[in-house]
Amino acid sequence: MIGLTAVSNPKLLRSILPALSLALVLGAIFIKLPTAMSYFGLNLLLQYAVPIALATVAQMFVITVNDLDLSMGAYVGLVACIGATLLHDNPPLGVLALAACLAAYAVMGAAVQLRGLPSIVLTLGMSFVWSGFAVLLLSTPGGHAPDWLHNLMALPVPVVPFPIVAAAVIACVVELGLMRSSFGVILRGAGGNSKAVARAGWSLLAAKVAMFTLAGVFGMLAGLSLLGLTGAGDAHIADRYTLYSIAGVILGGGEFVGGRVSPAGAVLGALTLALANSFLNFLHISPDWQIGAQGAILILVLALRALIGAMERRP
Amino acid sequence: MFRSLLLSTVAAATLLAAGPALADTKGMKIALSNNYAGNSWRQAMLKSWEKVTKKAVADGIVAQVDTFTTAKNDVTEQAAQIQNLILQGYNAIVINSASPDALNGAIKQACDAKIIVVSFDGIVKEPCAYRIAVNFKQMGADEVEYLAKAHPEGGNTLEIRGLAGVFVDDEISAGIHEAVAKYPQFKIVGSVHGNWAQEVAQKEVAGILPSLPADVKFVVTQGGDGYGAAQAFKAGNRPTPQIIMGNRQDELQWWKEQKDANKYETMSVSIAPGVSTLAFWVAQMILDGKKVPQDLTVPFLRIDQAGLEDSLKTTEKGGVANTEYTAEDAAKVAGGK
Repeated sequence: MIGLTAVSNPKLLRSILPALSLALVLGAIFIKLPTAMSYFGLNLLLQYAVPIALATVAQMFVITVNDLDLSMGAYVGLVACIGATLLHDNPPLGVLALAACLAAYAVMGAAVQLRGLPSIVLTLGMSFVWSGFAVLLLSTPGGHAPDWLHNLMALPVPVVPFPIVAAAVIACVVELGLMRSSFGVILRGAGGNSKAVARAGWSLLAAKVAMFTLAGVFGMLAGLSLLGLTGAGDAHIADRYTLYSIAGVILGGGEFVGGRVSPAGAVLGALTLALANSFLNFLHISPDWQIGAQGAILILVLALRALIGAMERRP
Repeated sequence: MFRSLLLSTVAAATLLAAGPALADTKGMKIALSNNYAGNSWRQAMLKSWEKVTKKAVADGIVAQVDTFTTAKNDVTEQAAQIQNLILQGYNAIVINSASPDALNGAIKQACDAKIIVVSFDGIVKEPCAYRIAVNFKQMGADEVEYLAKAHPEGGNTLEIRGLAGVFVDDEISAGIHEAVAKYPQFKIVGSVHGNWAQEVAQKEVAGILPSLPADVKFVVTQGGDGYGAAQAFKAGNRPTPQIIMGNRQDELQWWKEQKDANKYETMSVSIAPGVSTLAFWVAQMILDGKKVPQDLTVPFLRIDQAGLEDSLKTTEKGGVANTEYTAEDAAKVAGGK
């Protein structure tokens, strides 16, 4: 009955697609590996999905204002390196360095708005700056995660595994802030219909700076949580996060046109991506085919989306 | 009361498991977590692994062996991969890692789940894992030791180094220089960077030759540069010195030609890609309940005058001499010999 309503209602179908893909991958994993269906199993499966989810949310903020951040992976790597060196050895200096990173993100937002720079070019350039600093800080992999960070990521939560709690909290906080608050409406509007928002007297500059700074904040959380999991830093620790984060946003129902995003969907999309990797692993798919299989999953979901989109346009 | 009962049960179970456990890895599963497969050395490494482990499974030594390679040389992907391997209930994970430090978290989780972790080539620093590392310094020293034994009178020596600024180059060179300090009759009259490539070595040696004394008797190398050095000496109309080779097919081929023509003598040394199979047997030994030190050293694959023909026969054109290790080899390495 519910299925029937959903099929006849493309809007509903579209909004539950991210949750549906996640349930599908999770179900497949449980069938293949019943031991995964436990506190311990889910904890292991989803642990590394937490930083990916945070990076995806960061990317989502940038996509909301109709931009793209190609420096996300390098930035997350830099934050991890700062955490493993400065933050561990000299906390005040570490905090200062992280604040400088945030300021850089704010400046990036301002530059995109004021100078009309294409964000793709600007962030691509910044990605080399981030990884340059990361290599300067930590030329060979190493360093130590601050103990508090390590303990936080290994937090024993009763009944529900920590990664699930973390993902739920992230999704709720961002959903409330961006989708339910009046300030969130303006921020989304700045991406969806910037002219209208500007005419209504809101500052587009403030909106862009706010969104880029938020991206910086969540990218930083991604880097720190990743560091808490690995225990040591590496300049190239998160190189794949750039593409993961973009794919996660899109998989979660976001679109490149600005304004059309879904925070909860983005978190679900990130979890789906991380789990799809594990699933391919469990299937013992030859490594030569794994990249291709990942791509096929993405295309499959996007094809479904296109199909639903076509249904929406039909009267 | 309950607790002590539990403890004694566990103790009894451990005793039972440890007692008749010899060669009782029949039901166990071993996984290879590999970070990169994009060059000929790694391809040979995977091929050797597959060959040896398939036979081990067929012989009933272990139940199952699987290979997992990450798509890109990527730390987080490999960390997630290790967690997946934990979930799948492997008894041991053999790993060639993307980072010596950044996988520590995942490795520790594997150890906590009572999984044996053996790292080789790309080793991990987490203390609970086993490491099979390469002693490059020893490799350099071995070259000079060989020359000192074959020619106690010594003589002028040319050193060909690797890629400047790389740790491996520094280590091998340090080993050579330490050994030369021990045998002062060997005099290093020149040193060039051949970048482990025949063409570069040839060019660099040709460049330094005019400034060298006429009687350069020995050339110590780092592998991948011996053939180029030989060509440079030939082009410069110098008598061919005794050149240490590095197990590359072209080097062995040249050596064979010289041996047939004028009884030329030397030796060749490098690391075999089959070191992955050594790691496999070490993991199997540990699962078998044998005591193995946490830090082991890879033996070098050394080719001497007598073994040249056999090695050349089994080495592919453009490849590197390889060998697969056996359980006995692993026992020898673990015994510290």
